[in-house]
Amino acid sequence: MTSKQKKLFKKLVQHVGLILFTFIMLYPLLWMVGSSFKESSAVFIDAHKLFPEEWHFSNYVEGWKGFADISFTTFYKNTFIIVTIATIGSILSSTVIAYGFARIQFRFKKTWFAIMMMTMMLPFEMIMIPQYVMFNWFGWVDTYLPLIVPTFFGIPFFIFLILQFMRTIPKELDQAARIDGCNTITIFTRIIVPLVVPAMMTAAIFSFYWRWDDFMAPLLYLQTPTKYPVSLALKLFSDPEAVTNWGAMFAMTTLSLLPIMIIFFIFQRYIVEGISTSGLKG
Amino acid sequence: MRSQSPFLSQKKRGGMMANHVLTQPKRRKYRQYDNKMGYLFLSPFIIGTVMLTLFPILYSFYLSFTEFNMVGTPSWIGMENYQEAFTNDPKFWDAMKVTFLYAGTGVPIRLVFALLIALVLNKVVEAAGIYRTLLYLPSIVGGSIGVAIMWRQLFGNDGAVNSILATFGLPTHAWLGDPNTAIWTLVVLYGWQFGSSMLIFLAGLRNIPTNYYEASAVDGASKLQQFFRITIPMLTPVILFNTVMQTIQGFMAFTPSFIITQGGPVNSTLLYILYMYRNAFEFFKMGYASALAWIMLVIIAIFTALIFKSSEYWVHYEDN
Repeated sequence: MTSKQKKLFKKLVQHVGLILFTFIMLYPLLWMVGSSFKESSAVFIDAHKLFPEEWHFSNYVEGWKGFADISFTTFYKNTFIIVTIATIGSILSSTVIAYGFARIQFRFKKTWFAIMMMTMMLPFEMIMIPQYVMFNWFGWVDTYLPLIVPTFFGIPFFIFLILQFMRTIPKELDQAARIDGCNTITIFTRIIVPLVVPAMMTAAIFSFYWRWDDFMAPLLYLQTPTKYPVSLALKLFSDPEAVTNWGAMFAMTTLSLLPIMIIFFIFQRYIVEGISTSGLKG
Repeated sequence: MRSQSPFLSQKKRGGMMANHVLTQPKRRKYRQYDNKMGYLFLSPFIIGTVMLTLFPILYSFYLSFTEFNMVGTPSWIGMENYQEAFTNDPKFWDAMKVTFLYAGTGVPIRLVFALLIALVLNKVVEAAGIYRTLLYLPSIVGGSIGVAIMWRQLFGNDGAVNSILATFGLPTHAWLGDPNTAIWTLVVLYGWQFGSSMLIFLAGLRNIPTNYYEASAVDGASKLQQFFRITIPMLTPVILFNTVMQTIQGFMAFTPSFIITQGGPVNSTLLYILYMYRNAFEFFKMGYASALAWIMLVIIAIFTALIFKSSEYWVHYEDN
């Protein structure tokens, strides 16, 4: 073998290995999609088969009907309401706060920054009980308020992400704008905001994921089934004791992941950049 | 010089600044304090932190010394909740063991996987982007309810895993029904989502200057030596960050056990947060659950401190 052939052979082995590995890693997802097209009674006969003998699209129609006379139209509508408002809230507030940290000098800034880094490390689970008691006082249980209102006070991870991006914008731009008559607020709205749109996009995509997947908060706060988002509805829809139509269950499960995957494939670049930069500089 | 002026009026300070600049024309770097604007822009954060983090965390500390079932007022019982947890609640210790096993195996599995794949992808030139995208996919969907439900069927008695084993003539197993194996299905689910750590490692690898490798190759270093002397040390800051974040995330796991195994069989998958959730929202023992939260908070704090403290021995920082 010449060295060129050797190199080619090595490449081949590498790719075969990677393809095999990727296939194994994606197998569960492929299996789920495949099962959603199988006939309900056939899902667990030869369960390993990825492709159905016959393609049954009816699972999706059946599944969409939901449970207790509430169709998935309602659940998807609820999710979209929560996700949209929460995402707008968190991006707006986080950008404003990030600007305060990035461009303005004020007393105790370092202290506040340290507090922000600490809250970023503090998991939601650690404060969910007192928060629940508090929102219960407010009479917010069984409303969307506990899921939406907190996002309007900034999300530390997004503040950090946008802040890192703002730091790369040369300060000379601000100074030039100030000479041209801009003040601190107009510099923010006219100069900084248009320039940090990519970072805001990244944050918005993460927000979309988190809110879409969010299960704990709806589980705690929402009681009326017509108010359920998809995540919580799916849990009830798929309770092992209740499920008879496995095909439909797989169909709705697959469908619930579809929006996340679509967003991922469209906006990949933003996500990869967001993870890489925030991860490295954390 | 910098801190003298923060509370002076804008006008007065402007004058002083002008003076300052006039008398010391060479020192151009001065800071202009603007407390009003600073606190205006920070106000959402400050209000939010005080109302939604600071107050709840203190209130939870208070609740942990009380008995409180959401109705009526909390009644002070001193250290009883903590005593109960440590001395009189076998489930607490079950949950502790399960959670440490889960995080203690899941986190290393995820990180080692992420690092290995990142190293391979860093070498492959063709189509690395496609592999990266596809291997990141489990991370993107992994935390959702949909995947947890799918996982339950995957490892179910009639699921794909048993079906594959059967086609190869291997013995099948009740993965979720056996207390010895149920937790491992959850650990595998955790490890499967190695994508975001992989991305962080990949970014870290790209940041290592290639001339380090070139220079060491000239000096006769082998590939293995390069890996242990250059690649790993240069990646240690990234590894540190990942270890801290993933460990916290591991301790906080709830959904997989809630959906896939409901903590069973015989509490073998009773993750700590699930046990806390049940105490609070199923048994309405808010005081006891708050004590559980505080115990976990202290554990996380100790772990994070230990990892950071140990980092001076193993994390390599560039001199700049």
